[in-house]
Amino acid sequence: MEGFVALYIFMLAAFTGYEVISKVPVILHTPLMSGSNFVHGIVLVGAMVALGHANTQLEMVIGFFAVLLAAGNAAGGYVVTERMLEMFKTSDSKKKGDN
Amino acid sequence: MDFIVQASYFAAAVLFIYGLKKMSSPSDARKGIVWAGIGMVVATLATFFHPAVHHIDNIILIVIAMGLGGYLAWVSGKKVAMTDMPQMVALYNGLGGGAAALIAAVELIRQDNMSQIVQILAVIGALIGTMAFSGSLVAYAKLQGIMRKTIRFPKQQLVNGTVFLTTVALGLMIAFGGSDYSMLGLFIFFMLALALGVMMTVPIGGADMPVIISLFNALTGLAVGFEGYVLENPAMMIAGIVVGSAGTLLTQLMAKAMNRPISNVLFSNFGETSGDAQEVTGSMKEIEAPDVAVMMAFADKVIIVPGYGMAVAQAQHKIWELVKQLQEHNVTVKFAIHPVAGRMPGHMNVLLAEAGVPYDIIYDLDEINEEFPTTDVTLVIGANDVVNPAARTDPNSPIYGMPILNADKSKNVIVIKRGKGKGFSGIENHLFFADNTRMLYGDAQQVANDLVANIKEI
Repeated sequence: MEGFVALYIFMLAAFTGYEVISKVPVILHTPLMSGSNFVHGIVLVGAMVALGHANTQLEMVIGFFAVLLAAGNAAGGYVVTERMLEMFKTSDSKKKGDN
Repeated sequence: MDFIVQASYFAAAVLFIYGLKKMSSPSDARKGIVWAGIGMVVATLATFFHPAVHHIDNIILIVIAMGLGGYLAWVSGKKVAMTDMPQMVALYNGLGGGAAALIAAVELIRQDNMSQIVQILAVIGALIGTMAFSGSLVAYAKLQGIMRKTIRFPKQQLVNGTVFLTTVALGLMIAFGGSDYSMLGLFIFFMLALALGVMMTVPIGGADMPVIISLFNALTGLAVGFEGYVLENPAMMIAGIVVGSAGTLLTQLMAKAMNRPISNVLFSNFGETSGDAQEVTGSMKEIEAPDVAVMMAFADKVIIVPGYGMAVAQAQHKIWELVKQLQEHNVTVKFAIHPVAGRMPGHMNVLLAEAGVPYDIIYDLDEINEEFPTTDVTLVIGANDVVNPAARTDPNSPIYGMPILNADKSKNVIVIKRGKGKGFSGIENHLFFADNTRMLYGDAQQVANDLVANIKEI
């Protein structure tokens, strides 16, 4: 990939991340940290490619663990985030029921 | 085929950003994670059609590794208690950092002809990812209670600095070594990076841990973004850098809430001060549950300051019951949440939400601090440093300057505490010795139970 194109992508992505988070209320900071933790689980895709084109045994072993860890990041990140946010939802509707 | 893969990556990137955006409001937040989840599934499935993924043996290995890692994480994520969320996030984050580092390892071991920029970013990503991996695991171990000690020794920063410079020098040799750098050097480079992550995290006290986890989260994002460039994968680049910058901002917000610049968290040891902390005067005065019940039932206004201790004792449901009873006695009850109550900003809100406490009686530090002087009873449950007036008065205190909840300014303070010892951070709390403070010893859940029972009798 051409160097400057990558630089533009990095720059725009950095501003996007900053903007998206800057309006988040404090109460959602923990779920959001967990949510962003899930998003970098996309490393799974890279790990799959790394293992996919591995040739030697060493590369395959390392690639295997890369996929293993990355899948853990993605699956675990999703579950805990979803559980936290699910709770916010029920407490919200519970509140409506109380009043 | 390549078109489908690239289009899927594009869709995933859009869904990630859209999902994060949705997560910024409580009512839509759950939809946000679902959208991001769909993006992840789309990107993962598309990768099976990636031109580099074609050996059938390797594909079988991918499926096995993915199934195993995904299954274990899924099950553990379903089981973990809400109080343990911070360390779980640290653990999953560590896994991501490790994965990014291993990708770099595969690419660097191959010694393909990489362009200079690719090679540099591969090395930087390897360093950051490895540090995030070992550092996050240490953070996990500390919060989980597997590793209790905070290890500090003289000249620690000098040693850390030396190791860091050695690692960077080695990294430079690999990054600019063309395609014939030594494999031994590469191995040592990774080992040093592992050690660095550990060395960086062991001297940091428990109170600063959330800031560190958030920082590692941002670092993993960066590592993923850089490795995305190495693999020419725009989805990784965008998602990684978005998380990198969002995580950096979140780290700053947390550090600001604790009034500790990030450099202080990293390089000056928590609990280390220039002078001796002020001597505490007075004594701790005990009170029994029935007296507290009467005090609260006949008060006009009660503020509850919950801390992590309440959550550990699983007392939040009982406390909510107590609040409902007080409301029947026409007492105004409010919750005061310090930005770092629990172990991360917003953690306490999650825990109270779990117990069913509505949002509109939960207040932030800025909203409620003026109300303490007009409050009859402030009930402090399992909170410690966040109500320690030493933060205002004692320049030698390690927490001096941290914004605190001014519980000491209310007419009466009741502190529910398990024992007489110092708290999580090991700092003496001046509030406990104040004239208007009474100590109610016991397990938070048991005490809340007693209070509920006693108020019923009134």
